[in-house]
Amino acid sequence: MIQLDFAAVLVDWPLLLRGAAFTLGLTAVATVLGVALGIACARARTHGAAPLRALATAYVELIRNTPFIVQLFFIFFGLPSLGLRLSSETASIIAMTLNLGAYAAEIVRAGIDNTPRGQLEAARSLAMTERQVFLRVVLPPALGRVWPALVSQIVIVMLGSAVCGQIAAQELSYYTNLIMSRNFRSFEANFVAAAMYLAMAVMLRQLLAWAGPRWIFGRVAPTGR
Amino acid sequence: MVEFTVWQILWNLLLAARWTVALSLIAFAGGGIVGLALLAARLRRWPGVAMAVATYVQVFQGTPLLIQLFLAYFGLGLFGINVSAWVAASVALTLYASAYLTEIWRGCVDAIPRGQWEAADSLALSFGEKLRHVVAPQALRIAVAPTVGFLVQVIKGTALASIIGFIELTKTGTMITNATFRPFTVYACVALMYFALCWPISAVSKRLERKMRRDR
Repeated sequence: MIQLDFAAVLVDWPLLLRGAAFTLGLTAVATVLGVALGIACARARTHGAAPLRALATAYVELIRNTPFIVQLFFIFFGLPSLGLRLSSETASIIAMTLNLGAYAAEIVRAGIDNTPRGQLEAARSLAMTERQVFLRVVLPPALGRVWPALVSQIVIVMLGSAVCGQIAAQELSYYTNLIMSRNFRSFEANFVAAAMYLAMAVMLRQLLAWAGPRWIFGRVAPTGR
Repeated sequence: MVEFTVWQILWNLLLAARWTVALSLIAFAGGGIVGLALLAARLRRWPGVAMAVATYVQVFQGTPLLIQLFLAYFGLGLFGINVSAWVAASVALTLYASAYLTEIWRGCVDAIPRGQWEAADSLALSFGEKLRHVVAPQALRIAVAPTVGFLVQVIKGTALASIIGFIELTKTGTMITNATFRPFTVYACVALMYFALCWPISAVSKRLERKMRRDR
């Protein structure tokens, strides 16, 4: 007979909550930095000079074709031999940012590519500079078009951050490990963690879907309003 | 401390990459079979099945693969099954892949115009015949590119099996690092291996996608 004891895990709820908060914090920072990096790379790949374009492409391909855990280990364990010693939190944020940046670059580029030519021509005929055209005419509706894909990617990065516990960043899976090493309720601890991650994923998705049109790309009405 | 030349590191990683490939193939094939079964159940329109499959997909897409691996590892143990890391990783990655694949393929089936289903109905085709002669040929064409693309996700996902003690590429990298104290070189080599595995597949997937868009 299988006996499950969830109470033994839930009694440590302050640790679980602290871990969840840390996970959300890491995700928030990585989201802001990663999306900005993604936009910069998308811009470099669509408008940049040839060397810059090649560099951005190499970065995107390299990140998209290697596992997050290897990127994280390379940054945390590998870079100190170059004299760059990072705390586990900094390494986690850098890894998550670089990871999200590469995927966001592809996603945002798809949105930029679908900009109607007429809008570019209209903006240029108003004597806007290239930077103004990009920031005011091209980018906001492009973000609007690809927002659902971008939100999915942000959720994937949040879930991926569970690996950061392996380098002792004190996020949810780190505390899950701590709890199961104390009470040996391994299955229950991971089950509770899974439920918490699921709730966080659903909430984050809803929050971003709600916030996007209001604050991020909604200031400039997309078209025809 | 053990002295390893870069070639020895690469050679050992290459040997370990076989297990990454093996686990990826098991997960991809197993996930394909389970995913197909779930898709068929959905298309049957049995009551409650759509909800159940949607929940299944939501759970696997909404929780970290790492936690899924732990749950498989410790969960199978609860039933008194003595699980090796092999079994746990295969089970977890199969279920993970099945959730994604069934969702990808559902999208492909949904992309087929309703008229095709109705035409098949009006020809009095059975459920199996409808799938075989009308739906599958059209859905498969759309499905190839994203399915190949997902294979890359699976290969990268197997890296997490290292954490439950499955000795594949990443785990071997960690072991060599512990012996040589050269994390920079070793993890760069590990990343290179994954890149060599994944990049050609990504490129094929991208080309298929472009070709499909042109053909339409």
